[in-house]
Formats: sequence, C-alpha cells, structure tokens
Amino acid sequence: MHELAITQSILDIAEKVAREHGATKVKTVHIKLGEYSGVVPQCVQDYFDVISQGTIAQGAVLDIQRLPVVIHCLDCDRDSPIDRRHVRCPLCGSTHLKLIQGREFYIESLEVD
Amino acid sequence: MEIKVMHQVMAWNEDVSDAVKAKLADHQVCLVNVMGSPGAGKTSTIVALIKAMRERYRIGVIEGDIAGQIDADAIHAMGIPVTQIDTDGACHIEAMSIEKMLPEFDLDNLDVIFVENIGNLVCPAEFNIGESFRVALLSVPEGDDKVEKYPLMFATTQALVMNKYDLKDYFDFDDQRVEQSAREQNPEVAVFRLSNRDGSGLSELVDWLSQKIDAQIGRCQG
Repeated sequence: MHELAITQSILDIAEKVAREHGATKVKTVHIKLGEYSGVVPQCVQDYFDVISQGTIAQGAVLDIQRLPVVIHCLDCDRDSPIDRRHVRCPLCGSTHLKLIQGREFYIESLEVD
Repeated sequence: MEIKVMHQVMAWNEDVSDAVKAKLADHQVCLVNVMGSPGAGKTSTIVALIKAMRERYRIGVIEGDIAGQIDADAIHAMGIPVTQIDTDGACHIEAMSIEKMLPEFDLDNLDVIFVENIGNLVCPAEFNIGESFRVALLSVPEGDDKVEKYPLMFATTQALVMNKYDLKDYFDFDDQRVEQSAREQNPEVAVFRLSNRDGSGLSELVDWLSQKIDAQIGRCQG
C-alpha cells in the first residue's frame, strides 16, 4: 500500500526530468532497486498505470532491476553477495559486516520521445 | 532519446528525515520509532515506559493513527505532551508528518519523543522518519513466524520486543526461534521479553533505552 507514495515520487521525477529535456513522451523508466527493499515492483507498475493517466508518462514501462545484497566482511575483508534472510559472511561466517549494495532505489535513466 | 537521471526515489522522504534528525540533534532530543502490528501493545508499552522513565527524562509522544485519537487521549491523561498524526487511511508515517508536528513541542524542554507508528509490519519499515533508533514489537499471539514473514521490519530495527510474554505457554510460542531468525537478519539487534501485565522484562528494556537515549542526547549514565 505504501507503494502509492513511492510511485507518485517516480512519476514526479520522470515528468520533471522529461520536461526539462523538452520531451513529450516518457516511454521507459529504468529503475534500480536493492533486494533489501520491501517494495513490490508489480505493485509500483500497477499504481503507475493509474496515476500516470493524462500525463506525458502515460503508458510508460517501469523497468525495475533488482540489485542483490552485497556485504563487505570486516573480519576477512572480502565482498560477497548474500541472501538478506541470512546476514553473515558466507566465506568466514562473521556477522561483522558492512552493507555495500542492496539498499539502492533510484531512477537511473528515462527513454523519451 | 535516453536521459541519464540518477535520482533517488525516496529522496523526498530521506531529505526530510535528515532535516528532522538535524533539528532534534540541535535540541538534544532523541526520537524513538515504535513499530508493530495492531494489537501488539505499542500504546501499553509506551505508557509503561513513560511511567518508568518520566522521572529521568522529559518525554513527549507522537501518536500515529489511521483514524481516531483514543491512544493520544490516554497519553494526554498522564500529563505528557502528545500530538496526533491522523494519516487518514495511510498505512505508514512519513518524515514530513513528523516535521510538521515538531513545532507543537517545546523541544528545549524534552529529552525523548516516542513515535507510535501505524500498526503494520510492512509499510512503516520502508520510511525513515528522522528517528534516532527503532523499536519493533512482536506480541506472542501473533505467532513465532512473523520475523521470517516480515523481514524488513525486523532487519531494520535496533530492538525487538517480544510482548505479552506472559502468554507464551498458551500459544506454543517459540521465543528462541524468534530470536534466532531475528539475529540471522539483524545480528546486532537487542532482544527483549516483556509483559506489560506484570511488568516483567520492563527494567531490561528501560536500561537499554536509557543507554541509547543518553548516548543520543549527550548525557552521562547515572
């Protein structure tokens, strides 16, 4: 349900950036979303289809790419992708970690006419 | 044509969250984001914490509710400054709502604000509200599988409180399973077992909170 507020933000940014570049239609919004996030991509697209009606982004496809969670182990000094349900270094078992990827949520680019 | 954007989707919330944090830091106020399901015991726990901590800290409360102000009235009756965010149906509190509420408080005469978030294990976890730290409640009747089912809530909290712990034997609630699965996702989480009916476990939670609050507002222990 919270996806609505988030989708509104995506639409606002896409419209603003497209206008600044003199575009008349937004075709695709490329988004990067870390696996750590609880946002449901299909839900975002569904909301987008509704709230973008009558805007230059109507009908645009949200291309949402998930980024795996990657940690840096502060004990063995190596980076590893992990399952967020098991937060530990898969190489040495340490839980002394730094998250280096997985919380991203940003619009990377737009395809426009 | 392709346009490079690189714009954070959550920037509208994160920027305000940072502003709230900075303002509270200026006034040396600690904001505690209290989250959990409807009926997990958020209000009862906040009331118990106020009673246990009001001699030591000047406390305020922000009540988030989808509708009504039953909880705010209960806190107000204790003589604690309280404001109500009526989200009018929304499932979570955003940083903007907290920012709007801060002028209602005399921040120079407060040490702690407890925010009672909307009863929900999903959406509130996604939004920083300028909190110093989070406390997530899971009550025994909800079941011992909830940490596995709602990972973000329990992965992003600094404390997990198993509430209504006195009911444990009636619900076949495996507290070790809860603690283990919480630590799998969140190795640093502090875990508490609380009963607001008989007060057991409260002093451990109060001690932990006091340490966190003191660190936040620059007060020495003792």
